[in-house]
Amino acid sequence: MKLELRNITKRFGSLVANDSISLTVEPGEIHCLLGENGAGKSTLMNVLYGLYQADEGEIVLDGEVQRFSGPGDAMAAGIGMVHQHFMLIPVFTVAENVMLGNEQTGFAGRLDLDASRARVREIADRFGFHVDPDRLVEDLPVGVQQRVEIIKALSRDAEVLVFDEPTAVLTPSETDELMEIMRQLRSAGKAIVFITHKLREVREVADRITVIRLGKVVGEASPSASNAELASMMVGRPVELTVRKDAPKLGKEALVVRDLTVIDDTGHVHVDGLSFEIRAGEVLCVAGVQGNGQTELTEALLGLQGRVRGSITLDGKELVGRTVRQILDAGVGFIPEDRQVDGLVAGMSVAENLMLDRSHGSPFTRRGSLQLKARDEFARRMVHEYDVRTPGIETLVGKLSGGNQQKVVVARELSRDLRLLVAAQPTRGVDVGSIEFIHKQVVATRDSGLPVLVVSTELDEVVALADRIMVLYRGRVVGIVPADTPRDVLGLMMTGETPEGAVA
Amino acid sequence: MTISAAPTTTPAEEAPTVVTVVSRKAPVVLSIFTVGLALVLLLGSHDGDTTFRLSTRDDLFQLPAVTVPAMVTAWLLVVVMAAIAGWSWALTLRERPTPLWLVALFTVAALVSFLAWAAAGGTIPVVGLLGGAIALAVPLVFGAMSGVIGERAGVVNIAIDGQLLAGAFAAALVGSMIGSTWAGLAGAAFAGLLVAVLLGVFAISYHVDQVIVGVVLNVLVIGLTSFLFSQVLAPNAAELNSPPRFKAIEIPLLGEIPVIGPVLFQQTAVVYLMYVAVAVIAWALYRSRWGLRLRAVGEHPKAADTVGIKVNRTRYRAVLLAGAIAGLGGAFYTLVSVPQFNREMTGGAGYIALAAVIFGKWDPIRATLAALLFGFASTLQGVLSVIGSPVPSQFMLMLPYVVTVFAVAGLVGRSRPPAADGVPYVKG
Amino acid sequence: MTGAPPEIPGETSEAKSGTTAPGDPPSWRLTLREIVAGNVLTAVLALVLAVIVGSLLVAVTDDEVREASKYFFSRPGDTVDAAFDAIWGAYTALFQGSVYNNRVDDPATAIRPLTETLKFAGPLILAGLGVGLAFRAGLFNIGGRGQMLLGGAAAGWIGVKADLPAGIHLVVALLVAMLFGGLWGALAGFLKARTGAHEVIVTIMLNYVGFYLVFYALSQESILQAPNSANPKSLPIQDSATLPRLLGDRYTLHLGFLLALVAVAVVWWILNRSAFGFRIRAAGENPEAARTAGIDVGRTYTVVMLVAGALVGLAGANQVLGTVTSGVTVDLDAGIGFDAITVALLGRSRPLGILAAGLLFGAFKAGGFAMQASQGIPIDLVLVVQSLIVLFIAAPPLVRAVFRLPAKEAA
Repeated sequence: MKLELRNITKRFGSLVANDSISLTVEPGEIHCLLGENGAGKSTLMNVLYGLYQADEGEIVLDGEVQRFSGPGDAMAAGIGMVHQHFMLIPVFTVAENVMLGNEQTGFAGRLDLDASRARVREIADRFGFHVDPDRLVEDLPVGVQQRVEIIKALSRDAEVLVFDEPTAVLTPSETDELMEIMRQLRSAGKAIVFITHKLREVREVADRITVIRLGKVVGEASPSASNAELASMMVGRPVELTVRKDAPKLGKEALVVRDLTVIDDTGHVHVDGLSFEIRAGEVLCVAGVQGNGQTELTEALLGLQGRVRGSITLDGKELVGRTVRQILDAGVGFIPEDRQVDGLVAGMSVAENLMLDRSHGSPFTRRGSLQLKARDEFARRMVHEYDVRTPGIETLVGKLSGGNQQKVVVARELSRDLRLLVAAQPTRGVDVGSIEFIHKQVVATRDSGLPVLVVSTELDEVVALADRIMVLYRGRVVGIVPADTPRDVLGLMMTGETPEGAVA
Repeated sequence: MTISAAPTTTPAEEAPTVVTVVSRKAPVVLSIFTVGLALVLLLGSHDGDTTFRLSTRDDLFQLPAVTVPAMVTAWLLVVVMAAIAGWSWALTLRERPTPLWLVALFTVAALVSFLAWAAAGGTIPVVGLLGGAIALAVPLVFGAMSGVIGERAGVVNIAIDGQLLAGAFAAALVGSMIGSTWAGLAGAAFAGLLVAVLLGVFAISYHVDQVIVGVVLNVLVIGLTSFLFSQVLAPNAAELNSPPRFKAIEIPLLGEIPVIGPVLFQQTAVVYLMYVAVAVIAWALYRSRWGLRLRAVGEHPKAADTVGIKVNRTRYRAVLLAGAIAGLGGAFYTLVSVPQFNREMTGGAGYIALAAVIFGKWDPIRATLAALLFGFASTLQGVLSVIGSPVPSQFMLMLPYVVTVFAVAGLVGRSRPPAADGVPYVKG
Repeated sequence: MTGAPPEIPGETSEAKSGTTAPGDPPSWRLTLREIVAGNVLTAVLALVLAVIVGSLLVAVTDDEVREASKYFFSRPGDTVDAAFDAIWGAYTALFQGSVYNNRVDDPATAIRPLTETLKFAGPLILAGLGVGLAFRAGLFNIGGRGQMLLGGAAAGWIGVKADLPAGIHLVVALLVAMLFGGLWGALAGFLKARTGAHEVIVTIMLNYVGFYLVFYALSQESILQAPNSANPKSLPIQDSATLPRLLGDRYTLHLGFLLALVAVAVVWWILNRSAFGFRIRAAGENPEAARTAGIDVGRTYTVVMLVAGALVGLAGANQVLGTVTSGVTVDLDAGIGFDAITVALLGRSRPLGILAAGLLFGAFKAGGFAMQASQGIPIDLVLVVQSLIVLFIAAPPLVRAVFRLPAKEAA
């Protein structure tokens, strides 16, 4: 089935998310949609899938103009989508998830689960998946969940398949498997749209590439184009893909973690006997596919996790068992991985957010009373120093762009008297300009002689910032390796292979 | 581990490491109850025998009454309770959870111990107690079913109390006007549905917080029914507020089984309707397309939307159905209990039903059992005040609420509400 | 940033389940924001709408209207006239009972209704502050009734039983009321912090527990019951513990109203100028971020409920020591515990808003009694109008749709 998008425009209020975008995908073709975060890729696909209605333009399938009032229509027309955030219900079984919305029923609406199980097995066999139809989705590993998404789309006879940032949650080897599946689907004659911002993947699998920026198509590229070419098309100017930094001036061991184990309330062991140390003036990057214990590690460092065993010492002082307040006071700066959830209070002003973790004691409070003058002066200085683009310090932080919100977090944390910086996904969902700025700040912090722990699932970022790299897999250290370790070795380590095995 | 293009790993290998984490809530709560009861026995020791009567006079099969020495029995059972609490501690220290049946056993021991003590020198009509418990639980069960359906679809229904009250009002009004209990019942369902329409409009269409809407709707219904009662019903009580009553019907054969028969099968039509409703809902929620879709919109509405399920339409239907069911429960007050409407006559039963929903972990059967437990507590209070118990009636009346606080804080354990419970669905 | 949904979500939930839970912000925060951000116009229109619905109720249930409607098709004007009379009568009575009674000549008597309004507003404001303060911390305190009962009964206990010098007696009674109400509230906050028990359920349950506790105290002569009495009622409050009247004996307005005004100022300071208030707001808007910023959210919950309960307890004392000094009864809360929720919602959980809402609802209450007395319209109408106001205020799009105002651009 041939898919054409003609002049799709979608506005949100005054913002134009998609500006007259046109795109053609032939059957048996993998068409890559490449763009930065916030370029409008997902909006476009939500329009295609009937989740949004386009303000202008039309969707054409095999020459027929379509009108989708909801995803049901899009599915009926033969469009299937593998969502970035899986559209699966965790507490349902695979068979229930696959049949949902498309149920075969018997008397009085009784579900025919056998029919669904058979359908799952049939499709799984055709593509060589191993999926048990009776398992609960929440018990499946992420890679298998993604296959359930694919089975769901195929069980509805989709001819056009959209993959929305499908590799964000996969290990490199799972990514390779997915690429293989996409090629298989291509040979089966499906039209495939592959949305990503990862250049490597694009060049590996795409037949055609369309680059969009700020909601507009900026051009087509050939899969043979270089990374630098693709990146500059995506961003609109030449981009420095590397971070400039000098050799580290290492001091003594500042952060020492020994046998750290973190268990959650349901008994899942997220961090399992972790030991490592960071020296003053050093950046240790934690690499790994998301969900391998990174979140819990950083939260344990800050005292946010309840069930922690082992020891964390900073400059000789034990941190395990202390409250968040005490750990912050001990000089730990923390950039959380999700600023919307953990970093900022959207309904409070820029100035209030800048003092969020300093509501105790001077300079912002005195005898329980807020010192508004000190707060506002400080806020104005930070907004200036960190180049936060905001109408004013009284503006609600929720109204700022992602990059500027992140700068508020960075400013707040770096302005304290630090002895350690923990930065989790510091550039997630941030524009390229802000990424460069934040990277410079991280390097400057390290050069000022502090130990820095950076967690990132983006291998590019890890390689750019690290002095050493620690790879986590299922809560354990696979290995701590130098920054110049080859990417394919790192990739293998992310699947749990030890460095020796990975090199061999 | 080998890497190949086709996945070779089995799910078992990939499953994350899990260790059992046990909270100390269960043993703590059990210990508190044990010590509490022991204190009661110590301070309020009084002798005599307690008789448990297992049959009523007109039963076909007569069972002998059981007479036991009050204090001895009570203390023996406290020992049992202490043993169970100790067992729970032992399990916890070995990082194993306290199984539900143990808690149930504890509850039974505690109840019987308490009864033996409280009724010393008197007789407990077991059949009457249990039968009364079922009857009193009717509005609670219907309310809990309403709550389960609504919350499983992702809409918190705090307005159960309002729906019960509206149902009671409409049942009295329609029943009196038409002179038929069944018409009254239909009116009750319709009134509950009307309240649900308001809940739906504000919570689903206008995304107003569901807890706030629910609480305010309850106030609205109280105001409205009280206003109409004073203004219309009370002055014309003969025509508008004297509904006919449902009579108890004995089901042949089943009704003659000892103990169970008179308890379960010599009840009114509303109770039988309740049995059917619970059974149908329990089946349909897990086994039918309706239930699958309903749970889907309650767990992950966007996922449901992406497979073409109309989320808000599904939610509306669920909320309206839930409202009608709660309305039926309200009819109990005016068509079974007392044949007339009075202001605020539900006495906050809807909130108890809500507690039953949470106590029952959003499952129809468990919620029903929880509602029955609350019904039992209310009946117990009545029975004890008749036989003259040493416990001040206020404390008996307080019991279900205290138990609920303990339950919510401790015994329920990790209950997982539907993931999207209370979250309005906004596209995009 | 684009207006499109963020392409990168939080991954915490994914780490656990592999799928994303719906990432919408908690809806009641949205609702509160809607209530807070809604403009004055919608508030006024919501009021108008609620009053219209109330009018319809009055008209429909009025005897004369129903008589006239029997011959509606021959003389529709009669029905309309009767309806108008009923509505006009109701709202005139409401006004005369709450603001200015123009039927009497003596101005000093004519303004009595206004002082009645202030008297009723006092406890509404205090309890509304208690509910509103908890709201700001993200807690839905439905336990106003229990906190009022405990506070009121405790105040009554001191007021009846303790023998203290005038002045000190009153102060002690007020403090004890705050303590009991505060502890009753803190219990819910503590359970939420320690066990995650939902405060809505717990506070509702504590309402009943509190009710029966007070009931018990009132049926024991050793505690609170008046000697040789069959009723669950205490002796009258000693004079030394009553709230003095502000404007002499002609008016029943007592010191409680001033206490409410002071409380408004204190709560305003707490919320807007104190570090504690800063932590309350942070915990209320985003508990995760607050926790990450080193704020002890659990302790904030407990303390905020302590303060909230103390405020509501003070409302109870206000009733027992000021408004009805003839003795403690189980219905001393007079529905204020629940009214407080609507007051807090209407007042947008802001101290000044709560002051305004409390005055409005106080007027409704004062006027409602007058309306019931002179027109025979049950005071329950006031409940209907109040709850409708809150519902409409929480759903501005509905109000705008009803009045065909242009829709505001979605935020």
